[in-house]
Amino acid sequence: MARILILFAHPALEKSRVHAQLLTALRGIQGVTLHDLYEVYPDMNIDVRHEQSLLLQHDIILFQHPLYWYSAPAIIKQWMDLVLEHGWAYGHTGTALRGKYLGNVISAGAQESSYHPNGWHKHSITDFLLPFHQTATLCNMQYLPPYVVYGTHRLSYAGIREEAVAYRQMLEKLRDGQLQIQ
Amino acid sequence: MANFKFNNMEHSYFFIAMIYLAAAVVFIPIAKKLGLGSVLGYLLAGVVIGPSLMGFIGQEGQDIMHFAEFGVVMMLFLIGIELEPALLWSMRAPILGLGGLQVLTTTVAIAGLALLLKQPLNAALALGMTFSLSSTAIVLQSLKEKGLLSSAAGQSSFSVLLFQDIAVIPMLAIFPLLAGPDAGSDNGHSHTLRDNLPAWMQTLVVLGAVVAIFIAGRYLVRPLLRVIARTRVRELFTAVALLLVVSISVLMSLVGLSPALGAFLGGVVLANSEYRHELESDIEPFKGLLLGLFFMAVGASIDFKLVLSMPWMILGLVAGLIILKGVILYGLGKIFRISMEQNLLFAMALSQVGEFGFVLLSFTQQNNILPKETVSIMTAVVAISMALTPLLLMVYERLIQPRFNAETKEDDREADEIREKHPVIIAGFGRFGNIVGRFLRANGVPATILDLDSDRVDALHNLGVKVYYGDASRHDLLAAAGAADAKVIVIAMDTVEQTLDVVKIVRKHFPHLQMLVKAEGINDTYELMDLGVLHIYRETLDTSLRMGADTLKMLGVRAYHAQRNMSTFRKQDEKALKGLSAIRNDKKLYINTVRERIEELEKLMNTDKVTKWNPSAQGWDEQSLINEANQDA
Repeated sequence: MARILILFAHPALEKSRVHAQLLTALRGIQGVTLHDLYEVYPDMNIDVRHEQSLLLQHDIILFQHPLYWYSAPAIIKQWMDLVLEHGWAYGHTGTALRGKYLGNVISAGAQESSYHPNGWHKHSITDFLLPFHQTATLCNMQYLPPYVVYGTHRLSYAGIREEAVAYRQMLEKLRDGQLQIQ
Repeated sequence: MANFKFNNMEHSYFFIAMIYLAAAVVFIPIAKKLGLGSVLGYLLAGVVIGPSLMGFIGQEGQDIMHFAEFGVVMMLFLIGIELEPALLWSMRAPILGLGGLQVLTTTVAIAGLALLLKQPLNAALALGMTFSLSSTAIVLQSLKEKGLLSSAAGQSSFSVLLFQDIAVIPMLAIFPLLAGPDAGSDNGHSHTLRDNLPAWMQTLVVLGAVVAIFIAGRYLVRPLLRVIARTRVRELFTAVALLLVVSISVLMSLVGLSPALGAFLGGVVLANSEYRHELESDIEPFKGLLLGLFFMAVGASIDFKLVLSMPWMILGLVAGLIILKGVILYGLGKIFRISMEQNLLFAMALSQVGEFGFVLLSFTQQNNILPKETVSIMTAVVAISMALTPLLLMVYERLIQPRFNAETKEDDREADEIREKHPVIIAGFGRFGNIVGRFLRANGVPATILDLDSDRVDALHNLGVKVYYGDASRHDLLAAAGAADAKVIVIAMDTVEQTLDVVKIVRKHFPHLQMLVKAEGINDTYELMDLGVLHIYRETLDTSLRMGADTLKMLGVRAYHAQRNMSTFRKQDEKALKGLSAIRNDKKLYINTVRERIEELEKLMNTDKVTKWNPSAQGWDEQSLINEANQDA
């Protein structure tokens, strides 16, 4: 059973429809740790040692966040800048994360079809997440395909509920190693 | 010039005081303006008011000089108090080596010369010893004024002067032995406690006195200062400071030691004390005035009638003496590896004969070692050599030093200057200031801390925190704490009045200092704004807002949201305060505006329009996007 760490970032969760439900859904799953970055570090002053020890205690690291400007909210970048230290996460002696998995869990307002060379946004989500992919590679981690909830702007409450249940099931399978990773 | 006669007034102390003070007030600014330095100014003032020129003061000049010599004692106390014991210990080699060799060589050289000039052996030795000494008062004061005390030459000069002060003790013991056949029984030296004691007892008494200073300084004076500070009667502290120096002098004279030396030791003992800055600033003005008086008395004591009757003889003696002493000093400086530039300064600075020469010369007369005429001539020589020193230093500064400037760096000087001068001064180390201080310390920023609560100073001192007791609204104390060199002053006094006092003093005397000021409430914040203070910190603002934010969090509000709102609220509040400050003297407008603000606040609180001061977070609000997406569908 793998241990999963969810690094959650939403600067205005009080206004969120999707992530509020996703968080409710993953409550109480065994082996899953939720770490709410904006709640723990409202002043963006990230405790690097604490974050690194959290990483060491888990096998799969997931960034869960809304997609803002084709990327993550600011605190994720701050977290990456500070926590993934040279000599620890990468570089000749940086082997702390070797063999772990990294992935993004994303909510996107637009439909999946618009994230396509012929679509509105001209690129796939995977293209936009290239910095995360390469970060994982540099840290000797394996990058997971992104888990995306598309079209959130038009999702009904019931639709969001369904997404939340699906998310919970995905996490449980990931934890138990039942998921086929392409 | 004719002597003025002021029948009744002539003996009035007030009259004499008036003459001296007026002379100082007239001559020092002129001397300063001409770039002559205050020492030369005082000397000139003395010459002018002395018997030879205006004749305002007559023979009492000698008495005044003895009295004013106390200024030298105070100066050494102050030098001692600025000197860490460890630093003194590290100077033992130059003090004993350089100082000892200087006294010995100069004595032998001058005595030998006197023998060649057919003086008897005892007179030659007396002259040699007398002229080997230099003037602590003139040298240290001049060097200090020029900021040269911490240069290599300044340190060496200080070492030599310190040794000379020690050397005076055996000299005083030897002089009666040199006495001529008709020596009077009263040789001016029989007033001390140890005279009728056997030699080993004398030594014990002297050692005992020194030990007594150390023990008293450590275990008696500090508790006493603590008690006095607690009374919060300012002049009492000054009284104790003076009492301290005077008692040391009395004790030292009693056992036949040099009072200046004793005061110096007393100062060193108190160098680590928390009351150091306060003592310094209390003694400083007395020292300054007495030294000024002393220099004027030296100037007045030059007997120009005598000089004019045999000008070449006297000037020749002065020149010969200065050159001989200077050459010996330069040679010793070379042995002790002082750089040429500093060595020249060292040699020129110490080339005069010291104020103790007057005392020793009068001994020689009382002991019939030298005839009266010779003593008068020699006294004039001593006085003139002293008066020439500031001129010599000026020659050095104007003509000699510039030649070296191109090649020498000022390394050795700067390194010394900085000691104990911190970039930050914290005025007030109460519950507010101590947090600032701890934070700075944690960041490796040293601060000089001043506090007015003697109990707190003691408590902190026991915890190993260096806090100085003193009133930061006194500009001399701030100066002693290094305000001239500091960059920032944190003002966190206990009361509003104290804070405003400190701000005014800093603004007036140290305008380069950045002020960070703690305020209590709205009214003193306004006053600080009026004084032009840019960095004002209301003591409860940040904490109460943090408490408010935490309250929000406990009610389930997201931490990041609370954090942002807290920060925005504070900015808004400070902006509003600035606006109100500008109109607060217009009572009507002020009340109206305050009422408007309250109404506005009520309105904000009652409606959903909290966004008016709420941070804008449209970027994270997807509602408009959702609306658009649904329209498109």
